[in-house]
Amino acid sequence: MSSRSKFSFVLVGVGGQGTLLASNILAEVGLAAGFDVKKSEVHGMAQRGGSVASHVRWDSERVFSPLVGLGEADVLLSFEKMEALRFAHLLRRGGTAVVNDMAIVPVTVSSGSSAYPGDEHLARVFAALDARLVMVPGEALAQDAGNVKAANVVLLGAVSCLLPLPEEAWWACIAQRVPKKFLDLNHAAFALGRANAGAGAPIGA
Amino acid sequence: MKRMLSGNEAIARGAWEAGVHLAAAYPGTPSTEILEELSRFPHVYCEWSTNEKVAVDVAVGAAYAGRRALATMKHVGLNVAADSFFYASFTGAEAGLVIVSADDPGMHSSQNEQDNRRFAQFARVPCLEPADSQESKDFTIAAFDLSEKFDTPVLLRTTTRTNHSSTPVELGERKDVEPRRKKFPRDAAKYVMIPANARARHPLVEQRVLDVAAWAETSPLNRIEWRDRSVGVVTAGIAYQYAREVLPDASVLKLGMVYPVPVELIRTFAAGVKRLVVLEELDPVLEQEIRLLGIACEGKSIFPLCGELDPTVVRRAAAAAGLAVDRPPVAAAALDLPELPSRPPVLCAGCPHRGVFQLLSKKKVPVAGDIGCYTLGLLPPLSAIHSCGCMGAGIGVAHGAAKAGIGERMVAVIGDSTFYHTGLPALANVAYNRSNVLTIILDNRTTAMTGHQSNPGTGLTLQHQEVGRIDLEPLVRALGIHDVATVDSYDVAGLEAAYKELMAHDRPAVLVARRECALLPEIRKRWVALEVVEAACTGCGICFRIGCPAILKSDEVDAKSGKPLALVDPDQCTGCEVCAQLCPHDAILTRDQVREAQEHTGASCPAPLDGGK
Repeated sequence: MSSRSKFSFVLVGVGGQGTLLASNILAEVGLAAGFDVKKSEVHGMAQRGGSVASHVRWDSERVFSPLVGLGEADVLLSFEKMEALRFAHLLRRGGTAVVNDMAIVPVTVSSGSSAYPGDEHLARVFAALDARLVMVPGEALAQDAGNVKAANVVLLGAVSCLLPLPEEAWWACIAQRVPKKFLDLNHAAFALGRANAGAGAPIGA
Repeated sequence: MKRMLSGNEAIARGAWEAGVHLAAAYPGTPSTEILEELSRFPHVYCEWSTNEKVAVDVAVGAAYAGRRALATMKHVGLNVAADSFFYASFTGAEAGLVIVSADDPGMHSSQNEQDNRRFAQFARVPCLEPADSQESKDFTIAAFDLSEKFDTPVLLRTTTRTNHSSTPVELGERKDVEPRRKKFPRDAAKYVMIPANARARHPLVEQRVLDVAAWAETSPLNRIEWRDRSVGVVTAGIAYQYAREVLPDASVLKLGMVYPVPVELIRTFAAGVKRLVVLEELDPVLEQEIRLLGIACEGKSIFPLCGELDPTVVRRAAAAAGLAVDRPPVAAAALDLPELPSRPPVLCAGCPHRGVFQLLSKKKVPVAGDIGCYTLGLLPPLSAIHSCGCMGAGIGVAHGAAKAGIGERMVAVIGDSTFYHTGLPALANVAYNRSNVLTIILDNRTTAMTGHQSNPGTGLTLQHQEVGRIDLEPLVRALGIHDVATVDSYDVAGLEAAYKELMAHDRPAVLVARRECALLPEIRKRWVALEVVEAACTGCGICFRIGCPAILKSDEVDAKSGKPLALVDPDQCTGCEVCAQLCPHDAILTRDQVREAQEHTGASCPAPLDGGK
């Protein structure tokens, strides 16, 4: 890489959705592509159905902070719609939000004490950030690929289209992480994610 | 070849490469994964000790025996282990002895925030602080060498952000370190800390601090990075990364050893810059050391004392102090967000503690709690925990309130692992001093909070040796408490009957509420989702009041009352049947009834859920 290129990602969702696996893969893709990489997450109470966030940073020179600051993320990958709103402030102006079209209703809503926000907020909030919003029906596409649990690989497929790395670089890292008997399923999920990432140029560094 | 390792994986790797022979720990976020990882390596004995003090003693014993030893814990674990940490500083050892304290700025998973670099100063123990995973590995190896070079324990202090961040690490090979002794040392002057011997050791310990400080002057652990000299930043650990990110042009003195500090190196750096700034998380430890040298500096006048740092916090503070930041701090964009419902942690669906808290909530008794998943019993609608301080505190707190003459019968609740940790001496105290505290041991047969580690009640060790389980009921009886009952935590009526029986007498009592954590892999395989019979449900709401995330409000309402009916979320329900037992209208089918109904309709049985994550 001749000129400096760097990318900051924030992956958010609800504990148990597979954000940690996705951020591990994202980190390894960056490392294999020759970037310096850091990844940060918090374990503990958040795993019990709480909001979870992982930060991944790639830099062709050197990454210092493992954490992405306010308004610094190039990509916000949200596994759940409301969490995309909760962490929207981390996305930089003109960044890209890849949002799984999936609502996980928290107990504060099911008990009737508060309301789940409507979809109209997503378009409005990301428009206010001049951000590109890519909605991905992760679970539906994963179901088409053969198993709803592959939604995280669908989402990685969608994110992969936004970055200047060949498809094989992504698939090589994913293939290492999934059991052999699920390779075809995951490859299909990854391909569906790529095909459904929406049109648009790769994001600038 | 470089691999992405978390700070914790890197510490484990470093200990292994350094030829560690023994490692002991009690699980605690953010330190837990160090021993989990190290236990998978060959040629290292690893154990979950019953608490952090025991873990340090175990490591000390191995180091006295001439074998490199490691003890790891979260920051508050070092409070528990403090007594041992101090004597180990006085005695030193025969081989490398390294203690890891994983601090938790921001309290992601802790009851308080404390800066354990203070413990290093307090006990005169050298302290290293890594800034990423490569350093976590390298500093662990350096800590063992340093320990042997100066005959001292070494504290490796990390923070959540180094423990749980992953960065590339160059792997090395294991160094085969021969045990340094064939026999246990018989050296009373060094290892028997009676006053006469300890008095002789103290000056040696103070001299050791000076020797290490002199060594630190030229150690590669500390380094000056000269850049623009208008601002110089003294920093260590993760704060170094924020300094480089936010103040890229500033000169930096990066301290890998934060105690004792290299005095001359600090003087040189201070003399070489116009404005000296200290960037450190939590306490002004380095700032005070520098001020004691008579050197003017700024630190906590710029950066916050409380909470975790991040680039945003550091950039804002630095810019406000007129430092040249990499970019102007951005204000949070005015995003006009709707009110976003929170996702508070809750007792999981199927949590065996729910039935106990439902009972205690109903009885309206005062409950002294403890540290574990079950602390979540404090949350509404159960609201059944009224104090929680630290590991093992609840039983003593309940005893004290009872002995002081409070007019209510006190209850203490404590998990199985926490009971073995520090609950046992407190229960012995109840037995001895005879208060009428009812202690409820919530025995879910695992250390659930930190991710299902084994403990003395599980019958399995960290390295998968099958051992006998400690049997709680005979143990309690042996203490002299004879009002003891063991009940299935899912048996709502049985819990209440035992509770009534135990509360009938004015003397110490123990209720063991036993049922495996519903999230254990082998238990997950047996989940069966229950179902609501809409025709029988009246929307009375009793099942909503146990705070189970698997019980939802249906869109259907009862025709008479107009209240929403109950609905069971089949993805979350484990089939614990606590709700079914509480339902006064038998509107929630039991596991057997669900199976029967499915056989009747020809539907297949619910597929067992996937055991893995």
